[in-house]
Amino acid sequence: MSVYLYILVGALVSLFIRVLPLTLIRRQITHPFLRSFLYYVPYVTLAVMTFPAIVDAAQYPLAGVAALVVGAVLSWLGMGLFPVAVSCCVSVFAVEFLLRLF
Amino acid sequence: MTDLQNDLRGEILRGARDGLPIGLGYFAVAFSLGITAKTAGLTPVQGFIASFLNHASAGEYALYTAIAAHAAYWEVAVVIFITNMRYLLMSAALSQKLSSSTSLLHRFLLGFGITDEIFGLGIAYPGRLRPAYLYSAFLVAEMLWSSGTASGIVAGSILPETIVSALSVAIYGMFLAIIIPPARQDRVVAGLVVAAFACSFAFSVLPLLNTLSGGMRTIILTVAISSVAALLFPVREDAEGGEAA
Repeated sequence: MSVYLYILVGALVSLFIRVLPLTLIRRQITHPFLRSFLYYVPYVTLAVMTFPAIVDAAQYPLAGVAALVVGAVLSWLGMGLFPVAVSCCVSVFAVEFLLRLF
Repeated sequence: MTDLQNDLRGEILRGARDGLPIGLGYFAVAFSLGITAKTAGLTPVQGFIASFLNHASAGEYALYTAIAAHAAYWEVAVVIFITNMRYLLMSAALSQKLSSSTSLLHRFLLGFGITDEIFGLGIAYPGRLRPAYLYSAFLVAEMLWSSGTASGIVAGSILPETIVSALSVAIYGMFLAIIIPPARQDRVVAGLVVAAFACSFAFSVLPLLNTLSGGMRTIILTVAISSVAALLFPVREDAEGGEAA
């Protein structure tokens, strides 16, 4: 039961965030601090969530580090979400395969 | 068939065509998200429902890790608010693409459908946005997203450990693909990403701080680092182009 409550809480907050500005705010946000804060938030949040979690996600930390490096380099080169995600998976698989050999 | 019906049919077909490639990418990422959801104890049906209602990779990831950690409900609400905060901006931006006569119901439904990619389609739409186009794209992508999560929960236990381990980093790969390209164009964003990595690592190893839950760590660091950045490096009017994608 509590899992559904968690899902409901998440769904309501997500809905609130997505719908509120579209239905209420009809002008551009002009407050400099608020604009800047909201502009930076997604990058900081995702960065905090990515590291060091990516290192712990794989079975071997070294494989996680490989995924981080490969993902960062390919993203830097402009590859899209899907190919970057797949490349990270492949690097973990390859490094863990090698580590098991030795 | 009248011209109006033909027109509507065209919008729906175009929306489905643009939504399909997005949906295929979603399926793969949602699959890995399903593996996280499974470790949190969600059933495939619960995963489908959670994904259908939330449809946000970072937000759902936060939700599943919070469930796994038996976090407080208020903590879940705050974490999801923080991780999905960017949708406030996207929702505000999308409102500028609608004609002022657009009904409240349309605004509500369009808002529900906002994701990074669907928002991108909406912004890229020439002229005033037709809701039917975005509904169609969203529904195609959303079904693949939700079924991808359910599939991940089902197959996560069938797949060998090596494959699960490999797939579990897919979500982080996607996060990297979202944050690195803007970091390349904007030195402030690049500095923030490095600072966020360093602080997050510090919080995970330093005594006392490492007792904080992952969710609280995300909240504290996001608010602190973003606030400092907003004070030191206010964004100019023309610098928001990168946010649209």
